[in-house]
Amino acid sequence: MFRALVNFYHRLGSPPHFYRISGRLAPWFIGLALVLMAGGLYWGLVLAPTDYEQGDAYRIIYIHVPAAWLSMFVYMCMAVAGGLALVWRMKMAEVMAVTAAPIGAGFTLLALATGSIWGKPMWGTWWVWDARLTSELVLLFLYLGVIALDNAIEDRRLAGRAVGILALVGVVNIPIIHYSVEWWNTLHQGPTVTKFDAPSIHWSMLVPLLVMAVAFMLYFGGTWLLRARNEVLRREGNRRWAMELPEAS
Amino acid sequence: MTPTRKKRLYLIAAMVAGVAVATGLALKAFNENLMFFFSPSEVATGEAPEGERFRLGGMVVDGSVQRDPDSLAVTFGLTDYDEAVTVSYTGILPDLFREGQGIVAHGKLNGDGVFVADEVLAKHDENYMPPEVADMMEQRKAKGAQ
Repeated sequence: MFRALVNFYHRLGSPPHFYRISGRLAPWFIGLALVLMAGGLYWGLVLAPTDYEQGDAYRIIYIHVPAAWLSMFVYMCMAVAGGLALVWRMKMAEVMAVTAAPIGAGFTLLALATGSIWGKPMWGTWWVWDARLTSELVLLFLYLGVIALDNAIEDRRLAGRAVGILALVGVVNIPIIHYSVEWWNTLHQGPTVTKFDAPSIHWSMLVPLLVMAVAFMLYFGGTWLLRARNEVLRREGNRRWAMELPEAS
Repeated sequence: MTPTRKKRLYLIAAMVAGVAVATGLALKAFNENLMFFFSPSEVATGEAPEGERFRLGGMVVDGSVQRDPDSLAVTFGLTDYDEAVTVSYTGILPDLFREGQGIVAHGKLNGDGVFVADEVLAKHDENYMPPEVADMMEQRKAKGAQ
């Protein structure tokens, strides 16, 4: 079992194999994500009860919270891929690090925008410079930095390694975002779901939130694979295996 | 693992650790500036800046909200369950403002120890529940108090 997994991992490291496997997997990821997203949204926006204090306005958490979780999860994926690219000089790891950034930037922007829309009526302001909001904004700038760095370097192999270094340096921001609400006084509330004792959200509101989180995760997986396929073709387009693809003719 | 890869791995681990330590020290140095607000206790012990604008956060004391019938002026007590500060404010309060709710006010202490705020933000807590569940908890708490 373990050997088979290691074998699978090594085969994924080869661009032609990755291209073939990802082409088969991506539609499943996207399809399942869309189904769960439709179900989760209906459950969260229509079936879930209203909140005792915020009324219907709390329902933005079904977009905001999964987007915020994913903004950090995608960053960790990018950093791990960047580390593999730097130590093992794996081509596919470089591809994965570079292609994760635009998706992560999208999730970060979505989290910031939905938070701002909720903040205006609930807090009374669109934006405050508290530790949570500021560190999440820094995360967006890190993603934009990775994208800019990748575009600034012509040589794809070199760009992959440069991105790896920047991604790893920025990892320090992830625990800061997560613990910002505990280390400092912030306007943003403390953790609801990811704390050690029982989550302080009623299960009828929590379940659709988790469904949405899984849907976002699958969506990320699917789009990551698709973006990586494009990047593989961009790098290897004039190799023989790519020329011989049925879709090339 | 080949020796070159091992060397690279150590180098990268050292880089990440170095950045983490540097960031940690910087955050520790700026700790005070990263605090979004001060608590009433910190005002009482003189930790909050005097004569300067700062943010004050706490719970609105039950039964302390007094509205001026002719204007938007309102005064209320703000507490962290140790100390309390009286806050005066003129303007529209956010949706979540109510007694027992956490809020953050931005303003300045005047000579009488009253905090004159020009901005009041509501701080939502991390609890989400349907109204029926909230009522049930309320009743249970009331029963426990009897």
